[in-house]
Amino acid sequence: MRELTVKEAINEALVESFENDKNVILMGEDIAGGKGRENYPGTQDSWGGPFGVTQGLLTKFGPERVRDTTITEAGFFGAAVGAAMTGLRPIVELMYVDFAGVCFDQLMNQAAKMRYMFGGKQSVPMVVRTVVGAGFRAGSEHSQTLYSLYAHIPGLKVVAPYDAFDAKGLLLSAIKDDDPVIFMEHKRLYMTKCDVPEDMKPIPLGKGRIRRPGKDVTIIAIQRMNLFAEEAAQKISEENIDCEIIDPRTYSPLDEELIFESVRKTGRVIVIDESNPKCSLASEITSLISEKCFNDLKTAVIKITAPHTPIPFSPPMEDFYIPSTKKIIEAIKKVHNA
Amino acid sequence: MNIDKNKLNWIYKKLFTIRFFEERIKKIAKEKSVPGYLHTCIGSEAICVGVMSALSDDDWISSTYRNHGHAIAKNCELKQITSEIYGRSTGICKGRGGSMHISDFDKGMLGSFGIVAAGPPVVLGAALQEKINGGTKMSATFFGDGAIHNGAFHEAAGLAKLWDIPMLFVCENNGYAEATATDWHLNTKELKDIAKAYDMISYQGDGNNVFEVHQITRDAIIESKAKNTPIFLEFKNYRFSGQYEGDTQLYQPLEEIEEAKKNDPIKKSIEMASEYNFSSDEIKKIQTDALNEVNEAFDFAETQPWPNPEDALEEVYVNYPKELLR
Repeated sequence: MRELTVKEAINEALVESFENDKNVILMGEDIAGGKGRENYPGTQDSWGGPFGVTQGLLTKFGPERVRDTTITEAGFFGAAVGAAMTGLRPIVELMYVDFAGVCFDQLMNQAAKMRYMFGGKQSVPMVVRTVVGAGFRAGSEHSQTLYSLYAHIPGLKVVAPYDAFDAKGLLLSAIKDDDPVIFMEHKRLYMTKCDVPEDMKPIPLGKGRIRRPGKDVTIIAIQRMNLFAEEAAQKISEENIDCEIIDPRTYSPLDEELIFESVRKTGRVIVIDESNPKCSLASEITSLISEKCFNDLKTAVIKITAPHTPIPFSPPMEDFYIPSTKKIIEAIKKVHNA
Repeated sequence: MNIDKNKLNWIYKKLFTIRFFEERIKKIAKEKSVPGYLHTCIGSEAICVGVMSALSDDDWISSTYRNHGHAIAKNCELKQITSEIYGRSTGICKGRGGSMHISDFDKGMLGSFGIVAAGPPVVLGAALQEKINGGTKMSATFFGDGAIHNGAFHEAAGLAKLWDIPMLFVCENNGYAEATATDWHLNTKELKDIAKAYDMISYQGDGNNVFEVHQITRDAIIESKAKNTPIFLEFKNYRFSGQYEGDTQLYQPLEEIEEAKKNDPIKKSIEMASEYNFSSDEIKKIQTDALNEVNEAFDFAETQPWPNPEDALEEVYVNYPKELLR
């Protein structure tokens, strides 16, 4: 077995998808990156996006399939919709999810509704890769997650992997999927490593994963929150509280049954989401549990989320904004002792 | 060109302050002694100062994530700017914005935006307000060459022309949209020709020559107000820094950077100083004063208190139940 970072795993999934299907193309701002002037050419393919995730693709597959765009998200997102409807499998990169506002119409009204609205004759097999997440001191316009903004919309699928294994397997599936998929990559997870087999198989969308089996408390953790959930579960195990951590991995479709099974077993539930609290994935998951597992619950579900504020820049405030291991431990004790 | 001595002193002081400030920022970026993304504007000093020297103190502007020079030239407090970059409570945005969002409304700044081309429509709104209320403040939006492809720019430009709104679209053509050179991304041979699509008056100038920038802007303000029309200004310069601090800049070859240094706006301004009756001693004195102010600002910022964590909950709304923010 070999270890890969999330960043390397995503790059590998892209390369394999490019090799396996000539209809796969990639478009985005500086995804190759680095085009010097004509008289001073500079080093091409030197960026691979601001995090270097797509570096090397231009060199391997050429500028016809790996297209640096101008700063025109509405333009190239819309182009991806049309290209997808007519035979290509475009992957577009939204440099930061915060830039969604600029091109949201093409996703919300065009990509998502094409199939339904026009009688089911066409599909839109495109993938939006985008960077999410706080904790980078990147301020209010480069740090959001906005998971629920996408999960709210019928017609879009939403994926948010935690580790390199899931990132690779889920991206392979997302690219093969015939529906538009939003694939969310957390900037604080890019350099984290785990084992990824050479012959990685696609992981089906809509299947969650039990990251830690346990019998006392169910923790449902969204993307980077799995890290804190694991820390908290480890720590609290010293007090003989046995937590089960569920990583849903995809949020539309959501693996409801995996969540319900765990809730039926423990009856004590915490949901952790680093997004803003109102109309969030945490509130959606909590409401599903109260609807479907009401009689199994031994106490009220606790949601741990960011506050209802934009993301502040300054470290003490940003750290306050992001859910912490400490808050999770307190919540575990609270649901356990209730 | 007729510029009074006070203004000339101000122009030189601001040019040097911005350069020293950004050099210090590059240093602390290397040391990683401040949090977050840093975008420096070395090479843009003459545009920041030239435009602002033609505007009045209370005129409206917008800036971008590359805003330090605009904020300094718009007379924002240097200590507050620095404190903000350090994330401290006495920062210009109370630590909530950071380097990418340095902006002081009290100095006429409507915002410094992290989203490319977010500024033009906002400044259009301020200019519309001036028109409706019979105000006399001028409005100017700063953006880079990368922004001119974006829909938000085009929509604002179209409305400004259609509604006869006096305002300035100030494009700083520094040769690079993030990591992509203009040679690869422009559709028109000259960037300013984009204004033709809206039948908008446009001018082009040397962005390394602060006095040329000043004069073009001064004339454009008079023309824009007299004709009730927006004007597009393109100033060409060179982005010596990368897109952000830490950028490898491999796409910017060293020969190109060396070539561009011949037209460095600070160097050029010093060369022109004698034309404006500055002795080299006077210039040195202004440089020393500027450097001292920059050093004082950094000394100040480094010792400022951090915000309280709970301050994150302040000023989300004008009026909203606080208990519902948690």
